Amino acid sequence: MRLSYPSSVKVIQVPCTGRVDIIHLLKAIEDGADGVYVAGCLEGECHYLSGNLKAKKRVQYVKNVLKEIGMEPERVEMFNLSAGEGPRFAEIAREMAERIKKLGPSPVNMKKAA
Amino acid sequence: MIIADRKPLEEILQMVKDSNKILILGCKGCVTVCNVGGMKEVGVLSSILKIARKKEGRPLKVDEKTIERQCDPEYIAQVKEIVDKYDAVISMACGVGPQFLSEAYPTQRFFPAVNTTSFGGATSHGVWSERCAGCGTCVIHLYDGMCPIARCSKSIMHGPCGGSARGKCEISKEVDCIWDMIVKKKMEKGRLEDLIQMKPTKDWRTARDGGPRKSVREELVQ
Repeated sequence: MRLSYPSSVKVIQVPCTGRVDIIHLLKAIEDGADGVYVAGCLEGECHYLSGNLKAKKRVQYVKNVLKEIGMEPERVEMFNLSAGEGPRFAEIAREMAERIKKLGPSPVNMKKAA
Repeated sequence: MIIADRKPLEEILQMVKDSNKILILGCKGCVTVCNVGGMKEVGVLSSILKIARKKEGRPLKVDEKTIERQCDPEYIAQVKEIVDKYDAVISMACGVGPQFLSEAYPTQRFFPAVNTTSFGGATSHGVWSERCAGCGTCVIHLYDGMCPIARCSKSIMHGPCGGSARGKCEISKEVDCIWDMIVKKKMEKGRLEDLIQMKPTKDWRTARDGGPRKSVREELVQ
């Protein structure tokens, strides 16, 4: 299909989004990522039954944490798509990159640069 | 076990606002089981505090450690060598932890990261409910396995009261009226007459009313 998506997106593969924990999302932010998103399977179609639902709750937890410490919760997001939806994967990557571009660099990085 | 909830992040950040290097000390006891102060939660809080302080342009150095329990002096002793290397120490144990630590290391300041709420158990995954009020004189057997002290909002011994409606307590639709449950179970088991038995007034001196409590096992005291 040779679809392109923004080079700013770094893909980290996991066997199931149920493997993604709160600490993984936080570490990404802590280490300077401007945004993090989890691309999981469609709800109700998890091979392990509830991996993507667990990930959804963890993403929400991190959103709440960011809000609590005065950062934009939109920097963290959960998307659901099936493994066969290549074009949707590229579209989500563009959508998220665009959203982060609008939000600007993470305040974690801004202070570091100053 | 002892149940606790993490304090709001703003409160924790305020505690360490003047510190540059802190230790977050977790506990492998009850707070690990109720997912609020174990090794994993220590890691999460550490990361959150670092993000919040990086954002302010004042990075915070955070070390993480989780000990077996914070309610036994022999485990508290394990941090002896490191405890004074920090500007402050955050304890993620129940209310016992910061107190045992403060007693053992008077030169350091210890801050609680959790609010200790109750004695209870997991009623479903991720949900913990109060089951014991630690009143010091257990009466659970008299009420067919349900404690009116811990589970009745007014801790009454002769319910249900007028605030009970359709099995729920007047304080919230989420709260079961334990007296409704006690009476129903007594009726079901044919033991309703138990509730008209005369009983001596409950001795509240064994509860908090008698002041701080202490348990001594003479056979163990050295």
